[in-house]
Amino acid sequence: MTGAPVLALRGVSKRFGAVQALTDVHLEVHAGEVVALVGDNGAGKSTLVKTIAGVHPIDEGSIEWEGTAVSINRPHDAQALGVATVYQDLALCDNLDVVGNLFLGRELKKFGTLDEVAMEKRARELLDTLSIRIPSVRIPIAALSGGQRQVVAIARALVGDPKIVILDEPTAALGVEQTAQVLDLVERLRGRGLGVILISHNMADVKAVADTVAVLRLGRNNGVFEVESTSHEEIISAITGATENAVTRRQARLAEEAK
Amino acid sequence: MTTEQTTTPAADAAPAPAVDPRLLVREAGLAGYLAEFKRKMKSGDLGSVPVVLGLILIGAIFQGITGDFLNADNLTNITKWIAGPGLIAVGIVFVLLLGEIDLSLGSVAGVSAAIAAVLSVRSGMNEWLAILVAIGAAIAIGALHGFFFAKIGVPAFVVTLAGLLAWSGLQMAVLGDKGTVNVINDGVLANLDTYFLGDGDVAFTWGFAVLGIALFGAGQVLDSRRRNAAGLLARPMSEIALRTGVIALIGLVAAYMLNQDRGLPLPLVIFLSVVVITDFVLRRTSYGRQIFAVGGGVEAARRAGINVAWVRISVFMISAGMAALGGLFIASQQGSADKLLGSGNVLMNSIAAAVIGGTSLFGGRGKTWSALLGILVIQSIITGLDLVHVNQAVQYMITGSVLLAAVVLDSVSRKTQKSSGRG
Repeated sequence: MTGAPVLALRGVSKRFGAVQALTDVHLEVHAGEVVALVGDNGAGKSTLVKTIAGVHPIDEGSIEWEGTAVSINRPHDAQALGVATVYQDLALCDNLDVVGNLFLGRELKKFGTLDEVAMEKRARELLDTLSIRIPSVRIPIAALSGGQRQVVAIARALVGDPKIVILDEPTAALGVEQTAQVLDLVERLRGRGLGVILISHNMADVKAVADTVAVLRLGRNNGVFEVESTSHEEIISAITGATENAVTRRQARLAEEAK
Repeated sequence: MTTEQTTTPAADAAPAPAVDPRLLVREAGLAGYLAEFKRKMKSGDLGSVPVVLGLILIGAIFQGITGDFLNADNLTNITKWIAGPGLIAVGIVFVLLLGEIDLSLGSVAGVSAAIAAVLSVRSGMNEWLAILVAIGAAIAIGALHGFFFAKIGVPAFVVTLAGLLAWSGLQMAVLGDKGTVNVINDGVLANLDTYFLGDGDVAFTWGFAVLGIALFGAGQVLDSRRRNAAGLLARPMSEIALRTGVIALIGLVAAYMLNQDRGLPLPLVIFLSVVVITDFVLRRTSYGRQIFAVGGGVEAARRAGINVAWVRISVFMISAGMAALGGLFIASQQGSADKLLGSGNVLMNSIAAAVIGGTSLFGGRGKTWSALLGILVIQSIITGLDLVHVNQAVQYMITGSVLLAAVVLDSVSRKTQKSSGRG
């Protein structure tokens, strides 16, 4: 990855009362790059994402957007910059149809009234370019399966033409087929030149789509790895924070038994 | 990762259609329309069908018993009487769309009618101004309810239950010791109910009906053209012709019946206009979309940047404003504002009307047309039972059963929709 990163966090710290949630965290995301953010529960992944999304303003450090320092204090600031976040609970309105959900909060209008035709057309174009298959763009979200809802939620994040998309555990509740579809979608986002921050606990997913893995441990950076040149075990040991851990012990034992 | 897959839109020369070919694809033409209609019925998406069937049944039964239920003057009276409770029901629809309930609307209707009557009769204020003050007061009351609900977090049920009591107290206080204020003879308030457009000129009725039919048909054709031009699935002309034909039949028969009696009643015109305008606001503006969004998922709406508190407060303002308008029509019809106006089963009838018409009690589903259809059912039953001299005790029980039947239908259709994946 060359050129200035679209988004760069430099020495970001965040505390909640007595808890130091993030300490001196660095993170860079380039255009057309998928950065997997991994770490154990409580490592600070969600907090980090929320500082980028504007939910929690940072206490120390700086955030750079395309090389210039910016401050993100509200979700609105993040959206204005071009950061779109897909949270784990998808936040779709069950009673509205797919088009209604895609454009909720930023409806296309003509003479002050909703331009349903233009919205439906753009919705179909968007879903087509992402190769998303859903039965119809005019059925309520309630009628879609979990995987379909996930892709609609991701597509919804793209309506505002963002440069960075944050996906919070997009495959957590999905089956094999649906997981593959979502991973395909992540690759297509990268193909369109978007920077993707992918939070995941699933190492297979991370290895499958991510270019870079940033590991957080106890609110600090614990290594940034190139996925291609890094083994599964190295990432695991960075997450757990030691080379001496349950995973390595097990492997050592298995190796011993094999002899 | 293959870049040629997505680099340019041109690379996807033939993008796969977003529509899964196995599902929900309609054949073109009338056959497709009928197939879609059947599928909707089976999956529990009943729409207006039960209530229209109910209306026909009610009409047939009472015509059979009394022989003069379908007379022009009786039907005209029904169209006049539905305006008051119907307008309140429109307000109820807005609140129900949020998944909330407003129990105070009867009292709000009463207090508004009292304010308008007292200001115009006792204080000698200009009647139009008095009406505006009354509606303004109701909107302020709605804003107060909305504030307690949206900002303080008190359940709407409790806020408006308190309002039910408090505002009927205010109503008595405004009316004072005498308790009843007769509206000015032939004044604005009196004419709300009694005026017929063009003093009964048949041309107004025909004109109104034809205008409505033409607007409906033209709207459908234009919409279909735009969708065709955009390459989207559009309603075929045969379906538009069928729909417009049905609307035309209803409109022209109604116009003919009204002209057999006294012509086009003002309350009907105002009620229909309010229904059409509010329907437009709900379906075609972003504000309407926001109401549906809040009714369907508060958290999703909030994340989409919708000001949830404002939507809630404004909806309570709208419902109270509608109740005020309804109260004025009720006062006009009975010729006076009194302590009992808006009490008793006015509120229940309005809620029942909204639900019978097909607006869900569970939020996020419904339209203001259901206020019209529902109140037609309720008023037809009440009028019919009056004609056969059934006493009020039985009337209450029958109206209650109809409401229960409507709610059962709502719940069952929700279940069926869930099980066929269309919830």
